[in-house]
Parts: sequence; structure tokens; C-alpha cells
Amino acid sequence: MKHTLVALMQDHPGVLNRVASLFRRRGFNIESLTVGHTETSGVSRMTIVVDGSQTSVEQVIKQLYRLIEVLKVSDVTADPNVARELVLLKVHAPPSRRAELNSLADVFGAKIVDVAHDSLIFELSAGADKVESFIELVRPFGIREMVRTGRVAMVRGGGAHGAEAYVRAA
Amino acid sequence: MSETRTGAQIMCEALIREGVEIMFGYPGGAIMPFYHALPEYPELKHVLVRHEQAAGHAAEGYARASGKVGVCVATSGPGATNLVTALADAMMDSVPIVAITGQVAAQFIGKDAFQETDVTGITQPITKHNYLVTEIDDLAAVFKEAFHIARTGRPGPVLIDVAKNAQQARTTPRWPESVSLPGYRPTYEGNRRQVREAIKLIGAAQKPLILAGRGVQLSGAFAELRELAERTGMPVITTLLGIGCFPEDHPLALGMPGMHGWVHNNRAIQECDLILNIGSRFDDRVTGKTSSFAPHAKIIHIDIDPSEIGKNIRADVPIVGDAQLVLRTMLEELPPRECTAWVRHIHAIRDEHLHRQQYHRPDTQMFMPHDVFATFTEIVNQRGAYRVCTDVGQHQMWAAQLIDWLHPHTQITSGGLGTMGFALPAAIGAQMAQPGETVWVIAGDGGFQMNMQELATVVQEGLPVKIAIINNGYLGMVRQWQELFHDRRYSATPMWSPDFIKVAEAYGIPGVRVTHQSQVADAINAAYDTPGPLLIEFQVEREVNVYPMVAPGASIGEMITESPMVEV
Repeated sequence: MKHTLVALMQDHPGVLNRVASLFRRRGFNIESLTVGHTETSGVSRMTIVVDGSQTSVEQVIKQLYRLIEVLKVSDVTADPNVARELVLLKVHAPPSRRAELNSLADVFGAKIVDVAHDSLIFELSAGADKVESFIELVRPFGIREMVRTGRVAMVRGGGAHGAEAYVRAA
Repeated sequence: MSETRTGAQIMCEALIREGVEIMFGYPGGAIMPFYHALPEYPELKHVLVRHEQAAGHAAEGYARASGKVGVCVATSGPGATNLVTALADAMMDSVPIVAITGQVAAQFIGKDAFQETDVTGITQPITKHNYLVTEIDDLAAVFKEAFHIARTGRPGPVLIDVAKNAQQARTTPRWPESVSLPGYRPTYEGNRRQVREAIKLIGAAQKPLILAGRGVQLSGAFAELRELAERTGMPVITTLLGIGCFPEDHPLALGMPGMHGWVHNNRAIQECDLILNIGSRFDDRVTGKTSSFAPHAKIIHIDIDPSEIGKNIRADVPIVGDAQLVLRTMLEELPPRECTAWVRHIHAIRDEHLHRQQYHRPDTQMFMPHDVFATFTEIVNQRGAYRVCTDVGQHQMWAAQLIDWLHPHTQITSGGLGTMGFALPAAIGAQMAQPGETVWVIAGDGGFQMNMQELATVVQEGLPVKIAIINNGYLGMVRQWQELFHDRRYSATPMWSPDFIKVAEAYGIPGVRVTHQSQVADAINAAYDTPGPLLIEFQVEREVNVYPMVAPGASIGEMITESPMVEV
């Protein structure tokens, strides 16, 4: 089973390297890792997806806490959450097939962000399953280039993983 | 009045503020500004080693013997990379040290400058935390944080890599009053509900055991451990790094478990229905094959590092906290009980195996290493306070098994990393930490040659370190494995050695050679009666094995208890 972890950390130089190297040397199986700033300056947020069948998620969390810069790690898998990833797809699209691609994109809520004479770039931000199905449906048209981000996740409703509290507590 | 300081001066003053009195190091280009400032601070003593690895081990020896933070210093590039082994060693054994390394000036970083190495990158997995300081204004806070991290929670090594420009710049230092580390909050007090769960399990167990590890030493929970054992009657097994935390002449003391542990201990672990693990990380040398370790036991695991709990062995009752504080909480409510039948049962196994385990064979002419340790433990325990720094290999296991360890921190050894060459430099640090005590080095012929250049440091500092080399002409432990598991193919283990007595003399140290067991006591007594350092070479029987033994990867229930080669 895949677990989604949300980790808050001080955004010191090298902190991403510390996390990545921790996963490597402990032999943890990592599916995806995304990192970016939070609403609080000085705090970064990572969304980490690990395969719980291959990796003890509890050990992953404990090991992450050993890093001095790590402020908070939560396993949000069981919490109702919004999880998204972003894909950019450059698809072979001669004028004859554009209408077809366009209607497909409409169904998925994908945006066309670039038009060239025989290709289109689609942008889709959605849950992993939806991203996956869109890619599969478009694949027969000919995918020339694809880039995906890892998962980012946020728990729904009032439960917050805001960074402010951890900085203020310091 | 504000007065400007160079970064190097700030480094020195930061060390003084942290209570540092001594450091071990080796100068070089990128750390020269620091060395330039050092003579202005006579309260900081600097010991010049002959190799940076020894600086690291000496800092470890100092920390292990004093309980304070050890400090070592090296320059950039090769100086810093030479520290790597000692940092890894300190990480594995939770030794609080701060390593200071010079780095090339900030504008050269990333340019493959002369003696540039990404030392923070290299040491990231083998330090508790590390820093690269390129701005002088960060120095004061970084030093304060580094010492705080090294000595609190689960102690460990912290490295501070200081760019040369930061050492040379000038500023008015602002000393931080407190440390701000929002992500670093060690848990000291054990959870009361879990402690009550533990008390319940202790009360219900028929065959309970205490497994005491380095965490007991680090938290100083000696009195608490003793009270716990005496109140419950639970027998105490001590791991290699837990040796000394429970006196071995106590009726409840059982000694060491695991790969070279006693048969009765491993048998007890396999039979017991409860293990109360206090500050041991269930190392594979203790557990053997984890799937068959203590199959009937409930596990209570006390550790200050939450990541140790459940890492190797699942815990039924996890208690995160400092061993001393957790035990105090436990003792508040722990009712007395007895385990007389269980202890008698373990003692019966011990008695059955004891003579074979110790090779007590007075009729033989062979000069056995065991004879050295038997005499050694007798004499040193009469001669007053002592420390024994052991190296790594067969002699280390014999020392752990055969010396009667009565006091905490008397054994200083490289447990987790198993670093050959550790003992001599560690003894330098230990002797400086405890000038009133007799510090012994016990090393093999192999390990001793890995850092024997430090004899020069011993002499330069006038240290009365006593050195015992157990010379069997082999890399003994590797040879033992070759004998038992690799068809006796002694590949690269027979070892020629120089005349150790002449080596000692070349450094100005007197030496004694012992080739018969009748000479052992005289030599050890001579070490005590000779002021200053002395080196004894014990030329022992060449092919003797350490028993009992659990084969690597096997269950601790399957022990090899005797050698066909030396059977009487």
C-alpha cells in the first residue's frame, strides 16, 4: 500500500539532499518526493510517497525525525486529503486529429498550453489515477515528451499542517 | 564595549564557552587561521597527533572516559577525510564529539581548489548533524548548536566545516543565549502509561531478563539499574558497550550475549518470556538471526532514539526516553518480585559450560591468550582505578569475556563500527581525561599496526599509557572465520610484524616481551611500577579461537562452544 507523508522542514541548504540520502542508505523504497516552499518563510514542505509493503513507514518517519531540520512528519494516507500531481504532455497532433484530442482534454479538464503545427502540449493537474488514465488515452496519438511531478497532498477541512506553529514554538 | 574578533578567535572563544579544555588535531592550510589564534587562548590545550584518524579516536576516548564532548580538528581535504573513520565510529557508538575542519575559502568552493573536498557531503551519513560555515556571522551560533546537538538526546558526532574566509574575517561577535532548533526536541521522560504497561509485563513474566546497553552508560543509570535488578530479581545481561554498567561480581550479573556471548545468556534469551531492553539497539551481533531471536519473549524497549525501537526487533512496549529517567519513573511503582528458580536455571547452564568456555587448562604448556586476561583482571582490579581501551578482534572479545568488569566506563572499545586501530589513540584521549588512572591499551598485532605512529603522541605528551599487544601472528578473528567457515584457507591473514619491543624503544618507550604464562604477572606489575608508558608484547599461541561463537547469520540458539583444535 502506498503511503503519503507530509514533512515540514527548515529550508536550509542541503536539506533535500539529507532526506534523499537517508532514503537511499536505509534502503527505503521511495515512489515520489516533491518539495517546495510553504506559507511560512524558512519552512519547506515535502510530500513523500512510499510503498508501505516494501518499506516500514513507521521506520521512515522515525528516521526522518532524526534529521535535525525536520520539524513535523505526518502520514496523511488515512486522512481525507486532496492529492494532486501535474503532468505536461507533448502529443503528436496533426490538424486532422486535433478535434479528437481537444474533446478528450475537455473531459479531463486538461489545458492546452502550447500549439505547434503538428503537436500540442497539455497540462493536467489531477489525482494520480486521473493523470494515469489521461496519459493512457492520449498515448495512441503518440507522446513525444512527458514530464510529471510527484504527488502533493493537503488534508481536507480544519486539520492543518501549517508551518507557522513549528517556527513559533522555537 | 564591543571589540572585533577574527572568525578564528570566535571559534576559540566558542570552544571555551562550551567548556572545552582539550582538543586533538593536526594543522594544515585551510585551518591555519584557527591555529594562528590558538596560542592566544592558553586555556585550550591542543594535542598534536600523527594522523587525523587518531585525532578523532582520541576525541572519542576523551569523551568516552570523561562524559564530556571530545573535540578534534583537521584541515580541509585529506585532513578532513582522515577523520571519516572516527566520525563513523562515534556515530555507531553514540559518542559526543565535535569535529572542526577547515574548508577552502568560500569563493573557491565548488572549483576543485587545492585540498578542497565536500566534507559535509561525505560526512552526512556518519554525523548526527554537520555544518558548512562560509560567513563569519554564523560561527558563534553554529558552535553553540553543534555542542548542544552532540551532547543531548542520543549523543553523537557533529562536524563543523569552516571556510577559510570565515576564519579570517573580522566581526563583533554576538553570542547567542539559547539554541533555536525547532526540529530537535529529544524526549527524556518516558510515557507513564507505557511504563505502567512495562511494570505489568514484568510482574506477569516467569522468566524475565534485563538487556542493558550503552544507553545505560550514557544516561548514568547505574544505581537505577541495580535497584531495578535487585527489587525484581531479574538477571542482567550486558551488551559489549553495556559492559561495566552492572558490576560483574553481582549475583544477578550474567555477562555478554550474542555472537561471542556466553552460552547461558543466549540460552536464557531463547527461553525467556520477557526482555527489558534498556538502551541497547538490538545489534545483529547481539540478536543473531532476528527471526528466531527470543521467540517466546515480550519485548519492552527503552531508548532515547525512537528510530531504534522496532528497527531490528519489534517491541511490545516501546518507551522513548532517557534510561535513567525512565527507570526512576518505573521504580516509583514497581513492586518487588523474585526470579529465584529462573536465575538458578540459568546458573545451572552456566556451570555446565563454564570450564569449556574459559579453557581453564593449567596442565598445558601452551601460552594461551586466556592466561593473559585471567592474570590481567586479577592485577588491575587490585591496583586501583583503570580504563581499558581495547582494539578490535579476538583480544577484544576475550577482554569482554574474561576481564571482571566492575565499574562503568572502564571498558572503552569500538563496538558498532569495529574499528581496528582504535585502541591506542582512544587511550591517549582517555588518559588525558583521567590523568589519575591507569589507562591500558589492549590491541592485537594487526590493529596496533594501524595506528602505532601514535606512540609518538604518547611520548610527546608524556602520557603513562600501558600497552599490551596480544600477538598471535595472524589477523586472528579473520583467521578464525577462515578456519570455521572458509575451509581453513588462510588468505592474507598470516601477518609479519616488526619487533614491537624495538619499535617501542625507537619511540623512547620501554618494552617487555612475554612468551610464557609464568611471566605474565611480572610484566603487568612492571607496567604499574614503571613511571610513564610501557609496552608489553604477549606472544601467545597462534591459532586459538574465541568461543563460544554464533556463526554469522545463525540463530543465537545455535552456538559453537568448543574448538576441535584445542580440545584437551
